[in-house]
Amino acid sequence: MKRLAELRESLVIALWFMFLTFPILVIQVNTIEKTIIWRWQNLLYVGIGSFALSFVWRYFIGKAAAGGRASGERAEEKTSILQRITADSRFSRSAILLTALIALAFPFLSSTYQVNIMTTALMYVVLGLGLNIVVGQAGLLHLGYVAFYAVGAYTYALLYQHFGIGFWTALPLGALMAMVFGLLLGFPVLRLRGDYLAIVTLGFGEITRIVLENWSEFSSGPSGISEIPRPGFFNLAMDLEESTIYLYFLMVGFVLFTIFVTNRLQNSRIGRAWLALREDEVACEAMGVNKTVAKMTAFALGSTWAGMMGVVFAAKTTFVNPASFTFLESAMILSIVVLGGMGSTLGVILASFLLILLPEYLRAFSDYRMLLFGTIMVVMMIFRPQGIITNIRRTYEYHFERKQNGAPDASV
Amino acid sequence: METILETKNLTMNFGGIKALDRVDLDVRQGEICALIGPNGAGKTTFFNCITGIYPPSEGDVFISPPAGKRKRINGLPVHRVTARGLARTFQNIRLFPDMTVLENVMVGRHCRTKAGVLGAIFRDRITRKEEKAVVTRSYAILERIGLADLANALARNLPYGDQRRLEIARALATEPFLLLLDEPAAGMNPRETEALEELILRIKTEEQISILMIEHDMRMVMSISDRIFVLDYGKKIAEGTAAEIWENPVVIKAYLGEEFDA
Ligand SMILES: Nc1ncnc2c1ncn2[C@@H]1O[C@H](COP(=O)(O)OP(=O)(O)O)[C@@H](O)[C@H]1O
Ligand SMILES: [Mg+2]
Repeated sequence: MKRLAELRESLVIALWFMFLTFPILVIQVNTIEKTIIWRWQNLLYVGIGSFALSFVWRYFIGKAAAGGRASGERAEEKTSILQRITADSRFSRSAILLTALIALAFPFLSSTYQVNIMTTALMYVVLGLGLNIVVGQAGLLHLGYVAFYAVGAYTYALLYQHFGIGFWTALPLGALMAMVFGLLLGFPVLRLRGDYLAIVTLGFGEITRIVLENWSEFSSGPSGISEIPRPGFFNLAMDLEESTIYLYFLMVGFVLFTIFVTNRLQNSRIGRAWLALREDEVACEAMGVNKTVAKMTAFALGSTWAGMMGVVFAAKTTFVNPASFTFLESAMILSIVVLGGMGSTLGVILASFLLILLPEYLRAFSDYRMLLFGTIMVVMMIFRPQGIITNIRRTYEYHFERKQNGAPDASV
Repeated sequence: METILETKNLTMNFGGIKALDRVDLDVRQGEICALIGPNGAGKTTFFNCITGIYPPSEGDVFISPPAGKRKRINGLPVHRVTARGLARTFQNIRLFPDMTVLENVMVGRHCRTKAGVLGAIFRDRITRKEEKAVVTRSYAILERIGLADLANALARNLPYGDQRRLEIARALATEPFLLLLDEPAAGMNPRETEALEELILRIKTEEQISILMIEHDMRMVMSISDRIFVLDYGKKIAEGTAAEIWENPVVIKAYLGEEFDA
């Protein structure tokens, strides 16, 4: 009985796919000769393929559901292999050492081109970690992150253009500027929840880009601003290769700095408030957390990081124009956070490498890039909505010992 | 005994529904008061109005903390009410499920601590000291409530009865002078209820925290309440000691009669 129902369902799915793909896969119009080629065999492939795949799909869905039920009872055993590995301090120490060695040696062993790609990936790590504060920790769905990235980039570009201000001065200024914008936007919109917040931030991102595109006197419009200097190192003259390597190490430094800061934030009074806010807004407020302040802080901090990376971006490409700050960029950074596992630092790092490096090394599949991207997201959301790595909460240890004065003492 | 919470003419309209209709109620220092009434009588709405979740349509809420002046608190944002010393639990448990038991309680310390973003990043001496105090204190609360063994478990993995008690622990962490419990015994078995009863009495005597609770378990209400208020269709229809309520014909008609055939 159940078999029959499944068969029928698969049949319907197959027919539906055949119908959907009919116009693109079967009809081929030759506009020059004005002829139509009917590729009926494609219809057959689609039909058989989707019929078979629907069985595979059902099998995995069933397995995932069964797994979910089982783990409900044995929640402790649910931790993934990756988690257990990272929890093992011996292993994680050697992993960190190895990563450090690779990171150090990488630029000397590979071409400038590869170092460039790696630098980009590291920038996305920082952007991901920055957005992770907003989305992963505080639970605010932010779709306009790229706007603050643009604010940082243009701050540097314009400051250089008008006042000849260099990278190291522009860096804190760009960060500050993005933070100010974050606060300005945050103030009116953070009372909105979920979807509404997403729409408004999405709008803000687009508005920023459109303003940059159209306000030519201010931003030079679509043609952008060029010849922005790369970061300097005590007036040392560097050729292209050297400055690429320098930027790479700068980014490694940024990544370490960001990991340090976000980790400290995560296990602090404010980090707990963010998490509580994400989990249950009403209860969080009832526990005495000022919702507005907590959200504003997360938003402003996230923006600060975007601004900082914006300055780096301008310095790296030596050229900024509005086309670099489209919604796709926001979506990319958000995907990194979601794919990595909301709130998990390691997850975000892995996801940014995955999403930035894979497409670079799989150039052959570049036509299918977006398709692949969409598929990965859908599959992830169905089978592993918590992301690659689920965030493990910090545990505290107590050694309660009576001191002379009798007060219990906890060592943290 | 001093009055610590007082409502005057408290009214809450939801469109056409009068969920609360000119309710006068007062809780005195050191009391355990119960708020009872049939489902939909407006009890939870009453809690929501005094804690600032809903601004009351009419009427006033006053608090007089044991160490402070009498203040009108309607219209105050929720977190400020908590900071003033009212803490609550929820009828449908609202813990932070993906945080540990200890962290849940630590969030309760938020309004009594100060560390900001810079403190979190630099972890200066003052912040470290504060953080340590938060952990110590939260852990001590868990010990008193009897959840210390589960401190590092995720809140979502606790059994139901423990989740209810964790809500109380979290509320206690905010250092309230009045604890508002919304159906704390709901879904508990008789043994858990008994432990809860003992816990509530202990909170009152050991920590000098007064309690106002909404509860359907009549045995528990009658045995530990100093005074009882009865709501029906948003109106207060009776108040008094357990014995007085037990014999009040209006109450029996509105509420107890259905369940107890008293
Ligand atoms: N947010 C709301 N919007 C509209 N009606 C509400 C709202 N909250 C409560 N009510 C109504 O107010 C009445 C009292 O509800 P409640 O206070 O939850 O009762 P209970 O005494 O069971 O806790 C009910 O009729 C309920 O439908
Ligand atoms: Mg209720």
